Amino acid sequence: MSYDVPLAPGEQPEDLDLSTVAEHGFPLWEVFVRAKRGLSHTHVGSLHAPDAETAIQNARDGYTRRAEGVSVWVVRSAEIVASDDAESLFEPFEDKPYRHPTFYDIPDEVGQL
Amino acid sequence: MSEHAGRARFAAIIEADEKVEPRDWMPDEYRANLIRQMAQHAHSEVIGMQPEANWITRAPTLMRKAILIAKVQDEAGHGLYLYSAAETLGVSRDELQEMLHSGRQKYSSIFNYPTLSWADVGAIGWLVDGAAIVNQIVLQGTSYGPYSRAMVKICKEESFHARQGYSIMMALVEGSDEQKAMAQDAIDRWWWPALMMFGPHDAESSHSERSMAWKIKRIKNDDLRQMFVDQTVPQAHYLGLTIPDPDLEFDEETGHWRIGEIDWDEFWRTIKGDGPLNRERIAHKVKAWEDGRWVREAATEYARKQRARLGKSA
Repeated sequence: MSYDVPLAPGEQPEDLDLSTVAEHGFPLWEVFVRAKRGLSHTHVGSLHAPDAETAIQNARDGYTRRAEGVSVWVVRSAEIVASDDAESLFEPFEDKPYRHPTFYDIPDEVGQL
Repeated sequence: MSEHAGRARFAAIIEADEKVEPRDWMPDEYRANLIRQMAQHAHSEVIGMQPEANWITRAPTLMRKAILIAKVQDEAGHGLYLYSAAETLGVSRDELQEMLHSGRQKYSSIFNYPTLSWADVGAIGWLVDGAAIVNQIVLQGTSYGPYSRAMVKICKEESFHARQGYSIMMALVEGSDEQKAMAQDAIDRWWWPALMMFGPHDAESSHSERSMAWKIKRIKNDDLRQMFVDQTVPQAHYLGLTIPDPDLEFDEETGHWRIGEIDWDEFWRTIKGDGPLNRERIAHKVKAWEDGRWVREAATEYARKQRARLGKSA
């Protein structure tokens, strides 16, 4: 199924002015779910809710309808600080292969190492 | 990162079949194209609850009722995953919803058809969700990370939808003559709209080519439609139902089922807003939003009072 609803002949796509986007209504929360005991919480998506308690309740209904989790975290999206994902932040690791075990040639006779 | 470097990095990501993530530089048209497609997809999930919810109170057994409620709840969840993914592109939920309510953004034309009998609930699960699965499995490979991840989660749940629909059809064709006739009537009405869900022929789809180049879209409309036809025709035959297409035939040479021509006039009419139920679907959606206003206001006020009481800034 194409959810990409086609434009009828002569029709223009709708205007979308992202510069004017203002957040109103409920604030946005990021949702993290621990799939089972022993695993870390993993980001699964976001939702809108008026407060933390409702956000957790909605996360249960929205993201764990089939026992996908045993624990949920919700964090206000506005509170998350993210790295600038430009490559330069991670580039220095590329020229440091000696940080990996496979950099070293060890004879087989040495056994497990 | 400069725009020049960003552009080069974006091209390299697409070329390498890697995923574009929210904070990456991306062309404005790529962003607009994605917002449009993901919003339409989300709107389709939300509006798609209506034709099926129409039968919740009249499901034939308590088990079928529980299943249908679970399915409709899944569709709400799928809408949530997709709105959530679309919001990573810098558009707000309120704006997306406003564009649906005002008709500036559309949803899949399939949901403008009425559900006249219980058999339609079976036909929707089998044919409509079946068509959705064909499309969504491929969309897991789309180039935008959050969209791809939403598709993975949706696909895990969608198989239940198709199977419960087929199970309804199986129960009907094993029943009385009247029940068999209901099943045949449902496929008679849903077969062609289901095929239309894959969109116009690629030659007539204005932005199809660019979406393919950006790897938002991975397989062409006509090829996806053929995949759906090939898997669905034998399923109809297993049920002993007739597909309402006198031109349908198996091409021994290619191993594909060949279908007759789709009524594109009906397709465009429905897309443009003159399908059987376009106005009712939006009017119902807007009413649900307006009727819930007092709940949202009460929740907001409750949250404000709680914060004040606890002296917290959260």
